Amino acid sequence: MATQHARSAARLMLAPAVILLLGWMLVPLTMTLVFSFKQYLPLRGGDLGWVGFENYVRFVTSSAFWPSIWATLIIVGGVLVITIAFGIALALLLDQPMWGQGIVRILVIAPFFVMPTVSALVWKNMFMDPVNGLFAHLWQFFGAEPIQWLSQASLPSIVLIVSWQWLPFATLILLTAIQSLDSEQIEAAEMDGAPWRSRFIHIILPHLSRAITIVLLIQTIFLLGIFAEIFVTTQGSFGTRTLTYLIYQRVLESQNVGLGSAGGIYAVILANIIAIFLMRIVGKNLDA
Amino acid sequence: MGRITLDKVTKSFGEVNVIPPLDLTINDGEFVVFVGPSGCGKSTLLRLIAGLEDVTSGQIRIDGEDATRMPPAQRRLAMVFQSYALYPHMSVRKNIAFPMKMAGLPEDEQKRRIDSAAKALNLTDYLDRRPGQLSGGQRQRVAIGRAIVREPSAFLFDEPLSNLDAALRVGMRLEIMELHKRLATTMIYVTHDQVEAMTMADKIVVLRAGNIEQVGSPLELYREPRNEFVAGFIGSPKMNIFGGNPAQQHGAAKIGVRPEHIAASTETGTWEGVVGVAEHLGSDTFLHVHETGLAETVTVRVDGELPVKHGDRIFLTPEADKIHRFNEQGLRA
Repeated sequence: MATQHARSAARLMLAPAVILLLGWMLVPLTMTLVFSFKQYLPLRGGDLGWVGFENYVRFVTSSAFWPSIWATLIIVGGVLVITIAFGIALALLLDQPMWGQGIVRILVIAPFFVMPTVSALVWKNMFMDPVNGLFAHLWQFFGAEPIQWLSQASLPSIVLIVSWQWLPFATLILLTAIQSLDSEQIEAAEMDGAPWRSRFIHIILPHLSRAITIVLLIQTIFLLGIFAEIFVTTQGSFGTRTLTYLIYQRVLESQNVGLGSAGGIYAVILANIIAIFLMRIVGKNLDA
Repeated sequence: MGRITLDKVTKSFGEVNVIPPLDLTINDGEFVVFVGPSGCGKSTLLRLIAGLEDVTSGQIRIDGEDATRMPPAQRRLAMVFQSYALYPHMSVRKNIAFPMKMAGLPEDEQKRRIDSAAKALNLTDYLDRRPGQLSGGQRQRVAIGRAIVREPSAFLFDEPLSNLDAALRVGMRLEIMELHKRLATTMIYVTHDQVEAMTMADKIVVLRAGNIEQVGSPLELYREPRNEFVAGFIGSPKMNIFGGNPAQQHGAAKIGVRPEHIAASTETGTWEGVVGVAEHLGSDTFLHVHETGLAETVTVRVDGELPVKHGDRIFLTPEADKIHRFNEQGLRA
């Protein structure tokens, strides 16, 4: 039981961490909000005063806005589908007893430890290079014309790179979920005459639903902000300009801090809508 | 029908031989209990019959048909697991319906069987709940319901009562026995609790290290245990087993006397000792007698009203015709 004294002591000791976190979050957010209502061009006159909602209107009416939303949704959606589908398959495989299980599991997790910039560069130069990449050689071996991955199939390429990075995360979470499934339930289903497919649909998949929602939630939040993979590969060209990348371009390439900040506020709102939406699903799933 | 025959069945996990060649016949309608200490292979044996483990060699026949390589679903056996193994995301109704849904039974037949099972097991009010909202005893009944609706040729129970508290266990024990009387279907029941074995079984199979030590009705096992192990395992409290001089007087390497076959007196008797702990149960009193020169402790069941306490001297006399004699190998002589 916490006494009055213990409670105030706890508050006092928590205060530094809370203040630090709040400052970390609130200061940039407030500055972004302030800038978004200003005409602020660092190289062309600096702070030119308040402009009301002009930045917000300009950001949305720009021809780049809707394509960037689509690009974002395609990348996030594509990566989610691939990582969850393959994550379940890999988790099922890794759950089987096999020789060298420990090493195989570490190998599967490995991509997660590679920094996004590095992995994107490796993919770009080692696999997707139209002259020297492994894919180009593979295509040539079969007598086909090598694909210029990052220009001809730019969005799928980025989805592929990001999926490769996030697959370990999904696999890991789903694997622990599968391991927590009571083996007697599977055996009971087996005795009840359920073939493998029915056992998967009626027993394994419902058991995994909670883990799947968690993967969905966490990945969505991180995937909305992917940047390095686009920066080192296509630089936002060939339809790969996501919302995050568009904001970066507005701020740094066009040197228009006000316009970029307005975009940033849109991104915050978008992320919050998705987060609330997902939290409700997860909350429902976690209650059951 | 539910006649199960095991013919020289063996099971090894890698190098470890869990079940040496074993023969056993379970007749139609029998209530058979596999009993033995932990790790004696009784659950493995049940899983071999269920088809959840592959036999290493030998043959399993169900109703005369070779079932050795049959997948579990085709053996027409239903199993109740120790953890109940209910499907947590399905309602009680869907849990019970699951095997019928897998078998592709028509909806109205499914409904009829669910209703009758729910009525028999007092589950009617809980059909729309999830297993997580039920108590241990109710979950157990759902698991049994899921087994009943399949109308199997035999039921397999794997320590089904060990997760229940003592009072509930007695109640469920009676329910399972009544179910057996009503359905008259073969039941195989695994337990480590000799009280469950004695009270429920038509036929007890005592196992040790994968070997069948003895097969017989509860009273056969009680009256004529074939060896020292069965003698010590069946009956509660345990049989007293002595070697040395007192055994030689009866012309055996070892003798065993059940606590209820020893008379205690404060004045005279064959053996003499000091009372250690006296457990008063009301109807009976169990005395743990020390310093008898027979064994470290001799357990005696006496009348509940016998006024003895810690440290009293006491005289013990075994009933002459209730002494079990064993030879050097521990076999009944």
